[in-house]
Amino acid sequence: MSTNSTYYIPHKATWPVIGTVGLMIMLAGFANFLNGSSIGQPLMIVGLLTFITMLVGWFSLQAKESESGMYNHEVGISYRHGMMWFIFSEIVFFAVFFGTLWYTRNLSVPWLGEGATKELLWPAFDATWPTNGPGKVGGEFEPMGAWGLPFLNTLLLLSSGVTCTWAHHGLLAKNRGQLIKGLIATVALGFLFVCFQAIEYHEAYTEMGLTLGSGVYGSTFFMLTGFHGFHVCVGAIILSVVLFRSTRGHFSPENHFAFEAAAWYWHFVDVVWLGLFIFVYLM
Amino acid sequence: MSAAEDAHDHHDDHHHDHGPEKGLLRWIITTNHKDIGTLYLLFALTMFFVGGAMAMVIRAELFEPGLQFVDPAFFNSMTTMHALVMVFGAVMPAFVGLANWQIPLMIGATDMALPRMNNMSFWMLVAGVLLLASTLFMEGGAPNGGWTLYPPLVLQPITVGKALPFAIFSVHLLGISSIMGAINIIATIFNMRAPAMKLMDMPLFVWTWLITAFLLIAVMPVFAGAVTMLLTDKFFHTSFFNAAGGGDPVLYEHIFWFFGHPEVYIMILPTFGVASTIIPVFARKPLFGYASMVWATASIAFLSFIVWAHHMFTVGMPIAGELYFMYATMIIAVPTGVKVFNWTATMWKGAMTFETPMLFSIAFVVLFTLGGFTGLMMSIAPSDFQYHDTYFIVAHFHYTLVPASVFILMAAGYFWLPKWTGNMYNEKIGQLHFWLSVISVNILFFPQHFLGLAGMPRRIPDYAVQFADWNMISSVGGFIFGASQLLFLYIVIDTIRGGTGEKVSDEVWEDASKHSLEWTLPTPLPYHTWTTPPASVPTEHVLDSH
Repeated sequence: MSTNSTYYIPHKATWPVIGTVGLMIMLAGFANFLNGSSIGQPLMIVGLLTFITMLVGWFSLQAKESESGMYNHEVGISYRHGMMWFIFSEIVFFAVFFGTLWYTRNLSVPWLGEGATKELLWPAFDATWPTNGPGKVGGEFEPMGAWGLPFLNTLLLLSSGVTCTWAHHGLLAKNRGQLIKGLIATVALGFLFVCFQAIEYHEAYTEMGLTLGSGVYGSTFFMLTGFHGFHVCVGAIILSVVLFRSTRGHFSPENHFAFEAAAWYWHFVDVVWLGLFIFVYLM
Repeated sequence: MSAAEDAHDHHDDHHHDHGPEKGLLRWIITTNHKDIGTLYLLFALTMFFVGGAMAMVIRAELFEPGLQFVDPAFFNSMTTMHALVMVFGAVMPAFVGLANWQIPLMIGATDMALPRMNNMSFWMLVAGVLLLASTLFMEGGAPNGGWTLYPPLVLQPITVGKALPFAIFSVHLLGISSIMGAINIIATIFNMRAPAMKLMDMPLFVWTWLITAFLLIAVMPVFAGAVTMLLTDKFFHTSFFNAAGGGDPVLYEHIFWFFGHPEVYIMILPTFGVASTIIPVFARKPLFGYASMVWATASIAFLSFIVWAHHMFTVGMPIAGELYFMYATMIIAVPTGVKVFNWTATMWKGAMTFETPMLFSIAFVVLFTLGGFTGLMMSIAPSDFQYHDTYFIVAHFHYTLVPASVFILMAAGYFWLPKWTGNMYNEKIGQLHFWLSVISVNILFFPQHFLGLAGMPRRIPDYAVQFADWNMISSVGGFIFGASQLLFLYIVIDTIRGGTGEKVSDEVWEDASKHSLEWTLPTPLPYHTWTTPPASVPTEHVLDSH
């Protein structure tokens, strides 16, 4: 306690630069792909594989170090600070898109349907939500209802929050069976959510005429739910890793930062979904 | 030394004698806060000259009316890239470099809280800048729609060519880098502080960086979101900024400036922190009004979130919006005034000496105040209709960035390099650098106020002949300023390589150890410091507030 030397400081790190190079290659590849260059796709794949290698390597190293008792209490606190503020940055990222939805529905769409804009430019435009704008960008579409798959998905995610907490209680009570069962249920519910969302998207594209290009309704709908769905995938993968580690006997009631971080992330994804359900589907 | 041994090795310090790795690899895989700080600072210095070279192109083209050297699209690329390189490549990384070096030293921590992530945030910065720089060599050239990347301009093929997706992904990488750096700083300050140091004992530099880190985490994702929507509007048929689809290009401006206004404070708050560190040492007095400085910093940070639309007074907002953003912006003058008066009061009746870091700091107080006053002028919405998009704006924000942030970065270099390297810089050349800089920076930017008030717009390669005289004077100032900075480069290299050769004491500056912890450590600093946290901390800087 009295010295800083008990705080583990690694003396070198090779994974960060590997991950950075991977991410840079992936993004450079994506940019080339968007510009129509044939080198884009291979670069994206190489970059992605490098990035995944980094994730596997780095997290394995962390797990090994954690299990060998190298992280004292203070290191755990630093990690918790890190995760907390990372999630905060994610919340802000989602807030941008929620803000966009708010601005569009309450300001820019009404402005398009009033005053000189209406009289001179688009007299026929009916400024009500949902809309794909006065230019009817993307053609006729049917908006997504709330009470089919989306409601089912709400129930799924809420239940997964419960099973996640149940698993945490199991971990704290040294009940490994409960921990593993709880995590299996959480991961399964998460992936089921993603499957249902895929079905929902498929219906939107094939039967409802609703696409990412369906004016500002399609843009906000798919951007918000799409980024969320991506986060559910990431969260479910993180939980799968935690599940795998749990089956290998990792974590103790005192030392289980990875579990906690995954659970926080999962609850964050859960809360964002509630926001989506209310503001995108219901209202 | 295996890491596992480390963990059981509570009594013995020998693993801290661990020196750096040998060779080039040391710099790639390092987790040491001093190494990473050095990387950040050297990278920032390089980018300062890259961005500076772009500024020289701009000033050369504007030396006379008419088109002289470059074609207009390239000129616009230069204004765009100069801004992006200076903001994201030079000023921000330089302050992160200072944070890496100084925060652990000042709070008695052995290193940053998350050393591996520290390494990654530096390399993400390099990756982001490489992606951005690659656009210079692309068909259609680098982005040339301005650093704000406003749609619909930036989405038009003629404006971006192939550069847009690279610029956007560069912003994503730079955002990741900044967020990781900021998280690390927050975790370090909250979790690694010496037990003896309470929050209200922390040096002002640490305080300002803590608040800046919150700003970074709160706004970098906003910028990332904005450019992501640009990307999907351009390539995936979305209509966020397309009125025909129900969207609104003005929305982009709102989102951008919700990021952009806190962003300019991200560059100025650590500036305040360094100034508040240097001035008391050379005035040989405690900082006047320590607590009020902390609260003023926090107030400025809070206000930065609720004033963004003063960048868009002419865009067509409801009158209530114009009034709100006008008054909210004016309020910022109050905490900023508190700071300026506190620095002045710190110097009042001090036993002042005027070494190079102090000269730069005093110039900062004076010239930043001038830039602040023109900011106040622009906060008045009806007046801003005249200033908007003119050289008056250019003059304003360059006064708050160059003789403020950049001067203070120079001051920080002169102030801490002797401590870091154990070598003294050449005071004569330092002062020559100062006087050349402070005179030429005013020749460079002061005439731009007149040009702007007379109506010369920003971001144009050619102009009406009535603007010729002041542009020529401004360009001459620019060339002198640019050339003077080579002196700084020389001094940095010379100091690292031995400097004047005189022996530097642990304190370096008289009684500096009364002000802050780093001066109690040996000079030059060992590779690992504070393996045992200090038992007590200096309180000179907080004397006035107790």
